Amino acid sequence: MNKETNIFKKIVGNQLFIPLVALLILIVFNLINDPSFFALTIQNNIYGYPVLSGSIVSIIDFGSELAILAIGMTIVTAASGGQDISVGAVIAISGSTMLRALCGTNPQPETLRTSIFVAFLVGVIAAMICGAFNGLLVAFFKIPPMVATLILYTAGRSIAAWINENRLPMIYEPKFGYIGNFIPGIPIPTPVFIAAACMLVIALLHKFTNLKLYTQAVGINEESSRLNGINPKLIKFSVFVILGVFVAVAALIKVTRISTITYSVIAKDIEMDAILAVALGGNSLSGGKYNVWASVLGAYVIQFLTTTLYKLQVRSDALPAYKAVVVIILVVISSPIVRDKFSRISKNLKSKKTENGGV
Amino acid sequence: MQEGTVLEMRGIHKSFPGVHALQGVQFTLRKGEIHALMGENGAGKSTLIKVLTGVYSKDEGTIMLEGHPGEVTIKSPQDAQNAGISTVYQEITLCPNLSVAENMFIGRATSGKFQNWKEMNKAADKLLKNLDIPAQATKQLGNYSIAVQQMVAIARAVDLDCKVLILDEPTSSLDEQEVEKLFKLMRDLKSRGVGIIFVTHFLDQVYAVSDRITVLRDGKFIGEYTVAELPRLKLVSTMLGKEMDDMADIKEDKNAVSQKDEIPVLEASNLQSTSGIKPFDFYINKGEVNGFTGLLGSGRSECVRALFGADKTLGGVIKIEGKRIKIAAPIDAMKRGIAYLPEDRKNDGIIGDLSVKDNIIIALQVLEGFFKPLSEKEKNKFAEEYIKLLDIKTASPETPIKSLSGGNQQKCILARWLLTHPNYLILDEPTRGIDVGTKVDIQKLVLKLASEGMSITFISSEQDEMIRTCSRLIVMRDGRVVGELTGDDISQSKIMSTIAGE
Amino acid sequence: MKKLKRLLSIVLTSAMVFSVAACGGQTKAEDDGLIHVGIINNDPNESGYRAANDKSLKEMFTEANGYKADFAYSLKNDEQIAAAQKFITDGVDYLLLSAADTAGWDTVLKDAQKAGTKVILFDRTIDADPSLYEASIVSDMDKEGQQAVDWLKSQNLSEYNIIHIQGVMGSAAQRGRSGALDAEAQTSGWNIVAQQTGEWSADNAQQIVQSVIDAKTPFNVIYAENDDMAKGAVAALDKAGITHGVDGEVLIVGFDCNKWALTELLNKNWNYDGQCNPFQASYIDDIIKKLEAGETISEKTIIMDEKGFDATTITQEDVDKYGI
Repeated sequence: MNKETNIFKKIVGNQLFIPLVALLILIVFNLINDPSFFALTIQNNIYGYPVLSGSIVSIIDFGSELAILAIGMTIVTAASGGQDISVGAVIAISGSTMLRALCGTNPQPETLRTSIFVAFLVGVIAAMICGAFNGLLVAFFKIPPMVATLILYTAGRSIAAWINENRLPMIYEPKFGYIGNFIPGIPIPTPVFIAAACMLVIALLHKFTNLKLYTQAVGINEESSRLNGINPKLIKFSVFVILGVFVAVAALIKVTRISTITYSVIAKDIEMDAILAVALGGNSLSGGKYNVWASVLGAYVIQFLTTTLYKLQVRSDALPAYKAVVVIILVVISSPIVRDKFSRISKNLKSKKTENGGV
Repeated sequence: MQEGTVLEMRGIHKSFPGVHALQGVQFTLRKGEIHALMGENGAGKSTLIKVLTGVYSKDEGTIMLEGHPGEVTIKSPQDAQNAGISTVYQEITLCPNLSVAENMFIGRATSGKFQNWKEMNKAADKLLKNLDIPAQATKQLGNYSIAVQQMVAIARAVDLDCKVLILDEPTSSLDEQEVEKLFKLMRDLKSRGVGIIFVTHFLDQVYAVSDRITVLRDGKFIGEYTVAELPRLKLVSTMLGKEMDDMADIKEDKNAVSQKDEIPVLEASNLQSTSGIKPFDFYINKGEVNGFTGLLGSGRSECVRALFGADKTLGGVIKIEGKRIKIAAPIDAMKRGIAYLPEDRKNDGIIGDLSVKDNIIIALQVLEGFFKPLSEKEKNKFAEEYIKLLDIKTASPETPIKSLSGGNQQKCILARWLLTHPNYLILDEPTRGIDVGTKVDIQKLVLKLASEGMSITFISSEQDEMIRTCSRLIVMRDGRVVGELTGDDISQSKIMSTIAGE
Repeated sequence: MKKLKRLLSIVLTSAMVFSVAACGGQTKAEDDGLIHVGIINNDPNESGYRAANDKSLKEMFTEANGYKADFAYSLKNDEQIAAAQKFITDGVDYLLLSAADTAGWDTVLKDAQKAGTKVILFDRTIDADPSLYEASIVSDMDKEGQQAVDWLKSQNLSEYNIIHIQGVMGSAAQRGRSGALDAEAQTSGWNIVAQQTGEWSADNAQQIVQSVIDAKTPFNVIYAENDDMAKGAVAALDKAGITHGVDGEVLIVGFDCNKWALTELLNKNWNYDGQCNPFQASYIDDIIKKLEAGETISEKTIIMDEKGFDATTITQEDVDKYGI
């Protein structure tokens, strides 16, 4: 019985437990509601290439940006004990920069001014500068992350509009659209590959650097970390810059999905979903230890929920309310207090069972 | 419950994942007595206190209190307070950013009785004066030394109509004068009929104030004795569960060499840091053990912090093996083979949520560099090696360090630095809050390392420890080096007179 | 470090305090024969509509046209009120106002009246006594919606299965554009297969349409309440290989007449785009001229003409003239 409780505890205690349970509930709910939710079909897209489609594909596709942001947000949270609320606005800045690089002064160019790759690099640099700005305020001026990033949160979308002189750039080059949709001949949406690449990058960073040890140490005990030779300011600064790179990748997907940008609403409120993904993954929002895979899973759960709500035709104005209710439930059950209670109750049940069995 | 008993705990059990921390422990406290609760680290003292104060819920057992018919249930610290049980913990649990008076009264049932802040401040001042505590009610608590903060915490506890007062390592950050004041206070309370549970590692203090001693070992109740029944040596052997060779042996091992003519391992001249100490000179030779001594706040920790780069240096020169180097941050010192075990274990030492393993390897890892992570295999090897070497009691290397007892945490930090194979090891209060057995182990280890050629600076509030281990003592007063003692001059009386400036 | 921190906070606060005032520009108007107007508008970065609106105002109120204009931009009512007060103190002749919020304007407009500053509202009305302003030039969102729905009805489709993508719920544009469609769907028995808010965002619109496609619900009309959302919806169709526009499987209806959207119409990728006229400048100019000539304004609320474009009839001139 001891072994049994241990396994049980291991499962319940695992950080992936809550997001997995949430995912399972959503899957079961959709199975009961409409099994066709899980149907996969191959159909030809407008260019005549066969592509996979279905709700599941849509979830994994549209969840890409959120998953990518959740990775960066997790690391920022771990090291700084706070969150970056400017990621949506920085997506606007970075996306706008990419389009500016591609379009130059003509918002709807016949030919692109530079290669898409170069434009992406320019966007990465823009997002890294924004990250560096946030990181500077947090690490060196000791401004709480939420307050520091409030500046770009407020000003970012105006900056994005200013970068393109408030014109609306449009890219008609089909290759640009491949990034946010499908590459001809490949039936899986391109953003899925990009998200997978980001996950690979973070896995490699974890394997070949001390990113995880350093960020966790700084998040848990800054002074102790300093006395062990870590430079906490540099680490805090760096995580914001790293987040900037992920934000730029998310921005690339966002602008290539529709080959344009709407400064005021692109990736609106995505920062809240990204923070939620971190929390849903059972990571402490006050920093310290983290599990990046739990955050990624959390991101897909949120997308699953969004898609389910769209599918259910929930009344428009009630949509945020439904989402909020689900979120509250998820966050409450993943809180340490409830978890602790839960494991205690199950332990009591177990011991009672053995008592009865013993007599 | 017997007449004259204020508290009786019987058959207390408490388990944590992987540890059966209390196994049928009993404890009886009589009216108007000071009862020392003794045991090594991990013996279960803190757990027992936490069960009594409602921080942990017990798995089994009964608690009875005077004036409460039958069993009492204590579910929270608030319950404990309401039942007349007050506690002063080892680590200060007050809010440094609130005023002294606020810290004394806020969050307690009594805070309602004050009409306004003025009245509260007045009451606080009166109490502070009664207890002879050098603090002002309206000042921010954080402005005062740890010692004064500790006394405020006691004042807070004492003011309650308490029947049971628990003092958990109250003296670990107090100097002798302050300890005397505390003892006076304890005797005073005792005469008023308060039962005091006194948890400490200082044997002298046990015999100075206690009436009775209860010994725990490995989560079990060993026995209850009157002070007369249990002389010092017997107490130690009861705690350790074995006959112990006299600690005085160590003195003989002490290596007394310190040749002035060789090039020091480390030399500092006119060193000054942002911490407010006066510029000082310092050197240490290969295989030497020296120490900084002085009263609390005399600047002994600040000196070694400056050497390690923990505080920013403002001026002066540091030379390692005769070569001038620049130490701008701890990493610079580490790269030169300097290791520093900080005084404040909780805030500067452990990284609480990380595992024992990560806590042990972190300094070595940082020295290796950001892009050269140790493999899991290497990490496990190092961790297991040092867990064994230093006899660290932990369920596994993956256990978060914060769930270990204080002494075992300290051993992990020690392991962390030994793993870097330093040339020069600075130990600032390595034995604070640690049981006798471990203390002796650490002292022996220090001498062994020195005999192998390591240079060590040792700081301790317990002068007998310093006398036993150091071959040269640097005496500090008010941020200034006021003397250096070697050889036969290293004695209690000589140290005292140097500190006092006579 | 501490000093730097303090400096930073001072710079930040003062930047916030002065940002509104700074937009106001010069001090007291001199008697130079020009009509001095103070224009309070929403942030032109807010949308293409607002940018076009701002541009048309800037083109109209120039010295060449006999005006001296100062601009203040804010999306916040209190900042706008502060700017209005400053303009009144500066002694502008006319205060042109597109209010961020409908409430809270009484006091400042009374001050304007006392100071002899005439107030003209554009784009948005406010909850204040009509005697406090000279005229109010607004778009009729209901009419915009109705025009689009009438056009949709005139297409005489054999059946109507509509995906309705709404703007931010409760906004004037959303209410007007949704109201017309809801009413017609009831009376004509049109089937609305999905009705959800895209909050003006192309991303959201794309996801909404994708969810309908994934559910395999048939549809043949997308009624998106602005061009961006129509664009997002079309992106989902392209992905799924569903044709759209003239001779396509799905009719596309958008709003706002962005230049690029009208180009989509011209290329027959979309079917209809409804205008929300941002060019109030000429209307305002008319009113000021009349007032200066001593005429009275008979109708306080002036509703602008709104156009709607059909892909089959739109011309390049329309795109150039009406595209924003």
